[in-house]
Amino acid sequence: MIEPLVDVEKDFPIFRREVHGHSLVYLDSAATSQKPAVVLESMDRFYRQYNANVLRSVHTLAEEATQAYAAARDQVAAFIGANHPEEVIFTRGTTEGLNMVARGFGDLFVQPGDNIVLSPMEHHSNLIPWQQLAKRRGAVLNYVELEPDGSLSVDALNKAIGPKTRIVALSRVSNVLGSINPVAEAAELVHRYGGVMVVDGAQSVPHEPTRVSELGADFLAFSGHKMCGPTGIGVLWGRAQWLEMMEPVIYGGEMISYVDRETATWAELPHKFEGGTPNIAGAIGLASAIEYLTTIGLSRIQQHTLTLGERAYDALARVPGVSVYGPKHPHAGVVAFNVDRIHPHDLAQVFDAHGVAVRAGHHCAQPLMQWLGVGSTARASFYLYNGERDIERLVEAILEAKRFFQR
Amino acid sequence: MNLEELYRETILDHNQSPRNRRALAHPTQAAGLLNPTCGDQIHLELEVKDGIVQDVGFDGHGCSISMASASMLTEAIKGKPVEDALALARHFKAFLTGTPSPVPLGDLEALRGVSQFPSRVKCATLAHNALEKALSGSEEGDRLR
Repeated sequence: MIEPLVDVEKDFPIFRREVHGHSLVYLDSAATSQKPAVVLESMDRFYRQYNANVLRSVHTLAEEATQAYAAARDQVAAFIGANHPEEVIFTRGTTEGLNMVARGFGDLFVQPGDNIVLSPMEHHSNLIPWQQLAKRRGAVLNYVELEPDGSLSVDALNKAIGPKTRIVALSRVSNVLGSINPVAEAAELVHRYGGVMVVDGAQSVPHEPTRVSELGADFLAFSGHKMCGPTGIGVLWGRAQWLEMMEPVIYGGEMISYVDRETATWAELPHKFEGGTPNIAGAIGLASAIEYLTTIGLSRIQQHTLTLGERAYDALARVPGVSVYGPKHPHAGVVAFNVDRIHPHDLAQVFDAHGVAVRAGHHCAQPLMQWLGVGSTARASFYLYNGERDIERLVEAILEAKRFFQR
Repeated sequence: MNLEELYRETILDHNQSPRNRRALAHPTQAAGLLNPTCGDQIHLELEVKDGIVQDVGFDGHGCSISMASASMLTEAIKGKPVEDALALARHFKAFLTGTPSPVPLGDLEALRGVSQFPSRVKCATLAHNALEKALSGSEEGDRLR
């Protein structure tokens, strides 16, 4: 029996509560993860003891806040293996980071007739910014065709990426299929043609050791709230040469160098991309989350959620009337499934009555739903606080739902 | 939580054997609606003559709440004046937020439990919103396929 990686009730206050009289089985970490007490305390400490705006004032509180904010950036840089902390831009989350790249960089880099390569498994946040960019610039979207099991092969990448490809934008891990995509191979291909590799790391950075150089990424976007951090903070990392060239999309305070009545010049990296007062508490909370995850070890977390994902895949596939989507192996800790003749929403409702929290819907991946030929799915996703017992509770809940609806 | 409160027998029955789930031969009004958060879809067709809903049919896919609600709605408005059908939709939506309905709602009353599940109200009202869209006449693009 695989146990959670941590003392769940000690580290995560939320697991001390019950849902409808049951202990909470939280299987929705792909939507957002739960928060350890240390992360909550770090933000509380900021607001109680040294709350001030950053980069602006010389008083003690401002110095302390500015230092903490800078230290958070350093921690993020070390966490993803960035060469320079200046390459780390704090955003609201993955969505904002990807939009910034499409606007600020894509508009300059993509010419009419060029192509942008995507996969049909992309989350809407790694799809719509590129659709809109293609419209603005007269570029073409090339989709990498998926294998029948929902994995993405290097062969298919080879077919989709060519001399006209300027941008390849792929998720490292699918938020539905649990497929783990060969991003480094895609990067190597697109670099051959002088294009750039944009990686949506929303589902991967929380779950595996990340080294931007090993991914071959030119840009990497991810969210704090899926990795034990707070909502409203995320990271866009970009290679300095591209960030220097990229235009800001938010203008205002603290992102400028010199302003007169008619013109303005931009601040140095990373500040030119962080107009306005940043989410200081969020950055501090994210740094604390990184510390928490690093102490446990990203390799251990990776092994843990992969194992749970594959065991859940097998356990669900054994239940009569259940269809499971995505590759069998390797399968990340996110497992989408359907139960015959029970709509995912009804399924999730019955699960909830048993204290089991899953997501039901299209998971912001409608083109993928079209590819799968379903309207929606249920989805169970795992993290360090889950164990094999949670898979058992999930399977029990499915059997309950079948009894309830197929009586 | 009592699941039986939400999923009453009537709802499960309408979900398993939906009434009027068919295309009409001569629709005069139609509307499609999506529930973007769930991906639920409904297409509703009406044949209105002399201000009366002569016939009504629907198709689509969604959870048992949305499909049962659509099935119940078609039964409730068939043969009724358009104004009554619209009033029913209005009263039903208010009913789901806790306002008693001045008109009988028939089988739709079984959806009472939905009011305790705010995230499911959208499911229960999808067909009613489609009805309003179809009868409002403002959606020219949706009139007849």
